[in-house]
Amino acid sequence: MSDLRELYQEIILDHNRSPRNFGAPDQSNRTAKGYNPLCGDIVTVYLLLEGNVVQDIRFEGKGCAISIASASIMTELIVGKTEIEARRLFQFFHDFVTGEETVEFSEELEELTALSGVRDFPMRVKCATLAWHSMAAALDGDGAAVATE
Amino acid sequence: MNQIDRVDNAVKLKSVATGFDLTRVREDFPVLCQQPHGRRLVFLDSAASAQKPRPVIDAVRHCYEAEYANVHRGVYWLSERATEAFDGAREKVRSFVNAPKASEIVFVRGATEGINLVASSYGGTFLDAGDEVIVSHMEHHSNIVPWQFLRDQRGIVLKVAPINDDGELILDKFEAMLGSRTKLVAITHVANALGTILPVKDICHMARSRGIRVLVDGCQAVPHASVDIQDLGCDFYVFSGHKLYGPSGVGVLYARQELLELMPPYQGGGEMIESVTFDKTDYAAPPYKFEAGTPNIAGVIGLGAAIDYVRSIGLDQISAHESDVLGYGIRHLAEIDGLRLIGEARERAGVISFVLDNVHAHDVGTILDQEGIAVRTGHHCAQPVMDRFGVTSTVRASIGMYNGRDDIDALATGLKRVKDIFG
Repeated sequence: MSDLRELYQEIILDHNRSPRNFGAPDQSNRTAKGYNPLCGDIVTVYLLLEGNVVQDIRFEGKGCAISIASASIMTELIVGKTEIEARRLFQFFHDFVTGEETVEFSEELEELTALSGVRDFPMRVKCATLAWHSMAAALDGDGAAVATE
Repeated sequence: MNQIDRVDNAVKLKSVATGFDLTRVREDFPVLCQQPHGRRLVFLDSAASAQKPRPVIDAVRHCYEAEYANVHRGVYWLSERATEAFDGAREKVRSFVNAPKASEIVFVRGATEGINLVASSYGGTFLDAGDEVIVSHMEHHSNIVPWQFLRDQRGIVLKVAPINDDGELILDKFEAMLGSRTKLVAITHVANALGTILPVKDICHMARSRGIRVLVDGCQAVPHASVDIQDLGCDFYVFSGHKLYGPSGVGVLYARQELLELMPPYQGGGEMIESVTFDKTDYAAPPYKFEAGTPNIAGVIGLGAAIDYVRSIGLDQISAHESDVLGYGIRHLAEIDGLRLIGEARERAGVISFVLDNVHAHDVGTILDQEGIAVRTGHHCAQPVMDRFGVTSTVRASIGMYNGRDDIDALATGLKRVKDIFG
């Protein structure tokens, strides 16, 4: 049970109930769709890139609490970042949830620790990374859909 | 009539099993004595793949320990024993589905390969551009995609017979679709995502009286009720061994002898030939014509053992017991606030599919897992029917002979835990 409370922390449930930056924007210039064939979940990430800075990021889609919360937290962290910083954050998050690397959190990234419970549920890592993969694909800008498998 | 009344009526018609000994059946399945996360294992995912009883495990082990050699090839003692066990399993399958001849039973890797074989061999030979294949709106992907291949390769037209909001085939609309260009109906016996039992006998009658062939996907039917292929009147019937408590990687295609005679081979290789020169090959007679290469010998023998086991318990007994558990499950789950059943057909078997308000199926699945409960979450390889009900995924609790009312109680308790966490 403690594992479950760790996975479904209040902060996750809150982002799931009221996701931030949710819904298609009026203006965007990079977008990518992410698809999880395991569950049929789809997320679309919209970026407004000015110069090399992400001025706006929004997402829409259907998914479990883990994928929605992860996407919502991601949008809060990515806005205002440069393209390089955004890619670095993606790598950081990936290493964190897959447990492949020991990572250290700066104060700014503290909200991400709410997703630490995912590391004990390997089947759910794809849920947590779906929106991040889509964000990276949007930066790549080739418009191709990404899949978790 | 609301869903609960319907179920009560259905349950009244089928008396609760009298001679079914659930405790004894459970003891036959070694996997069930495990305790995931310190809880009793509540396995409610038999529609994805069923657990294996001791006699099946023993038969596979015995095959490898005592009578394994390649079949239909050696002249020595061991090969004779393996061949005898292998051919014996074909006869068991024939008898199990009451097919007229053992030569009409083709062993394949599973129902998926069976359908692909028919689409490729029968469809690739006898269906032309503009010919129509009709499927229902609640097919598994394995009974959709092979026909799409045929559409793309040969220009056939794939048509979809509609279902109503309860998840039942609209039979008069289906019948109205049968036209002069309709050549084949490919339809499930029991819908894997909803549990609907389709009126396959009526469907076969409607189609065959118009000269239309019928393929039936029996994967979700054979574990739950006795199936008589001659009574149904279909041309093709497929099912997988692993959903019938047998090994994975083995399945069955039944086809009428005269069709098997006309159909070209599906794959070329050893076992399927009469004689080979570089100029010309004569094919073996059915079923061997369709069984190129060394077959899944232990798997086939294990499937034979699974059929023996199911028959020793008795399909009528299993059916009555499972109806009781299913009816109990539907009644109790329907009482849970915010739970919506997906599929409320009057005639159903084995499956309860549902969604919970504001909680994604995968979150439900993870939380139930911590309670020791295994359910399937997702689209169940049936995305078109998910779309039909406006959902991307559901939670599916499916019932095998080893499930009881206590498993439903555990599920209901687990769902309360889900609601506690999600508030």
